[in-house]
Amino acid sequence: MSAIRRAFTEDFTIYRAAELKLALLAVIQEGEHIELDLSGVEHMDSAGCQLLIFAKREAGAAGKTLAIVAHSRAVQSLIEFYNLAAWFGDPLVVPAA
Amino acid sequence: MDELKQVFLQESFEQLDALESLLLELENRPDDETTLNGIFRAAHTIKGAAGMVECTAVESFAHVVENVLDRLRNHEIAVSTKLAALMLGCTDHLRVLVANEAGVAQMAGEEIEAQGARLLIQLGEYGPGGQVFASPKTVESGVERIPQSSSAQNCWHISVRFGREVLRQGMDPENFLRFLGTLGDIRHLETLADAIPAAAEMDPEVCYLGFEITLESSADKQAIEDIFAFVRDECRLAILPPNSKVADYLDLIRNLPEDSLRLGEILVRVGALTADELAEGLRTQAVPADEPEPEARQIGEILVAQQVVQPELVVAAVAKQAQVSEKKAQDAKLIRVPADKLDHLINLVGELVIAGAATSLLAHTRRDGELIEASSLLTRLVEEIRDASLQLRTVQIGETFNRFHRLVRDACKDLGKDVQLVINGGETELDKSIVEKIGDPLMHLVRNSLDHGIEAPAVREAAGKAPQGTLFLNAFHDAGNIVIEVGDDGAGLNRNKILAKAIERGLVDAEAHLSDREVFDLIFAPGLSTADQVTNLSGRGVGMDVVRRNLQALRGTINVDSQSGQGTRLTLRLPLTLAIIDGFLVVSGNRSYVIPLDAVVECIERPESEHERNYFNLRGQVLPAVCLREIFNLPGERPARESVVVVQYAGQRAGIVVDRLAGELQAVIKPLGAIFRHLQGIGGSTILGSGEVALILDISALIKISGQLEQRLIARPELRNA
Repeated sequence: MSAIRRAFTEDFTIYRAAELKLALLAVIQEGEHIELDLSGVEHMDSAGCQLLIFAKREAGAAGKTLAIVAHSRAVQSLIEFYNLAAWFGDPLVVPAA
Repeated sequence: MDELKQVFLQESFEQLDALESLLLELENRPDDETTLNGIFRAAHTIKGAAGMVECTAVESFAHVVENVLDRLRNHEIAVSTKLAALMLGCTDHLRVLVANEAGVAQMAGEEIEAQGARLLIQLGEYGPGGQVFASPKTVESGVERIPQSSSAQNCWHISVRFGREVLRQGMDPENFLRFLGTLGDIRHLETLADAIPAAAEMDPEVCYLGFEITLESSADKQAIEDIFAFVRDECRLAILPPNSKVADYLDLIRNLPEDSLRLGEILVRVGALTADELAEGLRTQAVPADEPEPEARQIGEILVAQQVVQPELVVAAVAKQAQVSEKKAQDAKLIRVPADKLDHLINLVGELVIAGAATSLLAHTRRDGELIEASSLLTRLVEEIRDASLQLRTVQIGETFNRFHRLVRDACKDLGKDVQLVINGGETELDKSIVEKIGDPLMHLVRNSLDHGIEAPAVREAAGKAPQGTLFLNAFHDAGNIVIEVGDDGAGLNRNKILAKAIERGLVDAEAHLSDREVFDLIFAPGLSTADQVTNLSGRGVGMDVVRRNLQALRGTINVDSQSGQGTRLTLRLPLTLAIIDGFLVVSGNRSYVIPLDAVVECIERPESEHERNYFNLRGQVLPAVCLREIFNLPGERPARESVVVVQYAGQRAGIVVDRLAGELQAVIKPLGAIFRHLQGIGGSTILGSGEVALILDISALIKISGQLEQRLIARPELRNA
């Protein structure tokens, strides 16, 4: 059982979508249980959200699990707006501040 | 001009600057994907913004440019010097077009058109057939419609599949949906990502998202449709009014690309249908899933039906969109503030400093402990406010430096030289008003270096140097000043030629013995233009004397350093700010003077025995001394014990002899009138807390005066005893 945690700090936006796709696929390659730490993601747009959906689906297709273990405000806000919180199934922690 | 257009003009000029620097980068590294993408994005942003404010001339030209760039990005055509040059030409043309929109174009209308046509023909070579000329669809602007209020439970069902290109076009579905929320209450929203293909085909910049939304709103269908007006053509949109028949929902399910059953479930979840209605409906109206043709036809029908409704633009939607894309483009937390507002703030802070000083003076004279404490806290806060507000006006000098890339490149092409521009310290910050005024003098110095300093490749090789010359721009902070260096590794100044010219012009005596520095300083003398006379090459723009005068107006100085055959370096020193400085107050003959605190090294006492000397001994180092009493002819008796303030400027030290030291203060610089322009040793004035006026000493001038006095005495020793 290999759990791998990876923190992203760059913006999840269209401008970085291409490199993020590769980065996410690479992470999925590396382990069985992938944990994404997105607490440092300052901006996320629909392209970024779409990539997360994509990554989760790809992981599932490969028989692996992908969980977002930490959300930044931006990530959480968009996931909630798109009503995807249940689909992702990750606990959303309300930040203290 | 409306606000939106104002923003567009400003943004466009910024984008054009970015485009230009990226194109120059591309020339050096033609294979760099990031640069190429950046270029494409800049062109695209300009086009998009132009479309938003209906600058069709800019939009259509940018569209053609973008088409070529797109082919470039897709590796259909290769980067070549010719293409890069053409693109730079296009950038210039876009700049002219934008300037034309702003009403500040320097060219006549026909001239602009001719230039545009010429470029289009050249661009045509890089387009596939005539396709490149195709203009983008113009968006019809419409009328704002007042939403009719309707009663009852108004749950609309909205089904939208965004077009594949919306993300690339900078339009984020999130913004549309958030805006939809302003029409009413989004009761339920389901995100459909089924269209995302497998990893290999998945293009992260393509939008695969679709949404099923239940919106409770009293708005009418038109208003809802108008939200999506911007992406109307690309997206598949179906809007079902409240209380639609079950059959309509079933039709919708059939016409959507997703699996019918899954969609049905979603509709149940969003509350549009009940489970029974769905089961019933699917049973009776079941359509085989694998029958693409009728499905396609029906989609077509629906689209046609939807097209019947004229897409109207809601002005508010346009404004909202503009704001959103603006924010995206900025990609940073920046606020635009008009410069005059900042100037006003700085003025107020200046007054605050003076008022604060008055309060603290009062507190000290009353000897009221609590008041003194309160006023010292106030003083500290005022200092912080002063620094913070001055900081607001500072900008990095890098932007000014980067402009020279283009200049160097173009000049190299014209002059047949090969020059590399090296920039250091671009992040050094200084006052914006100084940056604006330093641009032209710098430009002149850079041109001089290119024209006269750096030799042609063949000459360089013959002299045993690398054929590629180097021009460097450095910036750094030094003792409250900013230092900018413009240097090259060219031929250097020709001392004999300058001297001969100066003697011929009667600027110096033929017999005079001058140091190298003095000779080089002659290039700043009016009437001795380095451009024509010294190197026999024609220059353009202002002469070196004008450069120096510009710098002096900013309380700056310029020095020249040159090694024959090895290059020239011009060093510019400028104050960090023009408004407020930390000062050191001294008193001589009952008058107050302010020495900029950055220049002060230390203070020492001067015994009476040394009064007659114009030098003093600082721990074994002999330094010149300038007595304020003597220089300014102040009245009154000299006190028994004088003080010396040791100051340093540009590496030189000197002592300023004063009667008394009075401590630190913040000096708000008030410029002196034009009558006092030729006054040496005084840089400005300030108002003290007591209301008294104090003069600010110009340290560089004082150090120079002390040096000159000394030299005169060396030349004519008989004066020393006089």
